[in-house]
Amino acid sequence: MTTTTASDTTGVRPRGTGSRTTFWLGSAGLAGVVVLILLGFFAAPADDDQADAVRMIFIHVPVAMLTYVAFSITAVGSVLWLWKRSVWWDTVALSAAEVGVMFCGLTLFTGSIWGRPTWGTYWDWGDVRLVTTMILFLIMVGYLAVRSLDGDSATLATRAAVIGIIGAVNIPIVNRSVTWWSSRRTLHQKSSLTDGNLEDLTLFTMMFGLAVFSTLMLWMMIHRFRISWLERQVSEGNLSEALIARRAEAMVAVETGRVGGTALPELGRQPGKAEIDEVEDSK
Amino acid sequence: MTHLGYLLVGWGVTLGVIGLYSVNLIRRGRDLIGQVPADRSRWMTTEADEK
Repeated sequence: MTTTTASDTTGVRPRGTGSRTTFWLGSAGLAGVVVLILLGFFAAPADDDQADAVRMIFIHVPVAMLTYVAFSITAVGSVLWLWKRSVWWDTVALSAAEVGVMFCGLTLFTGSIWGRPTWGTYWDWGDVRLVTTMILFLIMVGYLAVRSLDGDSATLATRAAVIGIIGAVNIPIVNRSVTWWSSRRTLHQKSSLTDGNLEDLTLFTMMFGLAVFSTLMLWMMIHRFRISWLERQVSEGNLSEALIARRAEAMVAVETGRVGGTALPELGRQPGKAEIDEVEDSK
Repeated sequence: MTHLGYLLVGWGVTLGVIGLYSVNLIRRGRDLIGQVPADRSRWMTTEADEK
C-alpha cells in the first residue's frame, strides 16, 4: 500500500481521505485504547480517598490537555492566516478547532461525571475552572459557527481567526485558574501531575492515556484537514465551471449579435467551441 | 469495583463520541472524493494501492 502525492497524476481515484500514515496511526490508536482500558480498569490501583472513581483521571486529564493543544494549534493557524493569508494554516486551524471542540465537550462531560462521586455535584458555578472551560467551549463553538456560515470564505476565515485567537487567550486562564483563584471556594484541586502525589502506575497509565488520545487526535486532524482540502477543491471546481459557462454565454451573445461592442470576458481562457455549442444546445 | 456506573458512562461516552466522529470523518471523505479529480486528491490512498 502506497500513497499518492501531489506529483502523482495517474488518474487513479482514491477511495477516501486515508493514507498509509493514517492507517498506522489509527491502528496504533485502536490498540492503545484496548491497552488503556486494561491498564485503567484492572492494573492501576484504586485511590485511598476516591476509590475507583479515580479511574476517570485516565481519560479526563488527557482529553483536557489535548483540548489546550488543539485550540493552541487553532490560534497559531489563525495568526498565520491573518498574517500570511496561508490557506494551509487556515485549514489546519479549522481542523484543530473541530477536534478541539469535541475534546473540550468531553472534558466538561467527563469532569461532571467524575465530580458527582467525588464532589457530590455534577456542576458548580462557583468553580472557576469549570466556568472558564465552559466559556472556552462556547467561544470555539462560535468559531465553528462562523466557519459554517454562507459567504465569502476568506472573510469568514478572517472573522473566525479573530475568535480563535480570543479563545486561545482563555487557555492559560483555564489552566492557571486553580492557582490564581485558590483563595476562592473552588472544587478543583491543584494539578495532581505537578504535585507529585500520583502513584507510579497511576501516573504511567495517565501518561499512556495522553499518548493514546494524542494519536487519535492526530489521526482525526489529518482526516479533517483532508476533508477541508476536498471541500475547497469542490468549491473551486464549481466556481470554475460557473465562470466558463458565463464566458461561453457572453461569447455566444456577441457572436449572435445580441450584445454589441466587445464585452468579452477579461478573465482567463476563452471558452472552447464545445462549450459554446453546449450553451447553444441548452437554449 | 466502586462507582462502576459513573466509570462506564464516562469512558463509554468518551470512546463512543470519538468513534462516531471518526466514522463520520471517513464517510465525509468518501462522499467528497468522488467529486474531485484524482490528480487533486493529494496524499490519499488509491484503490490500486490497496490491491
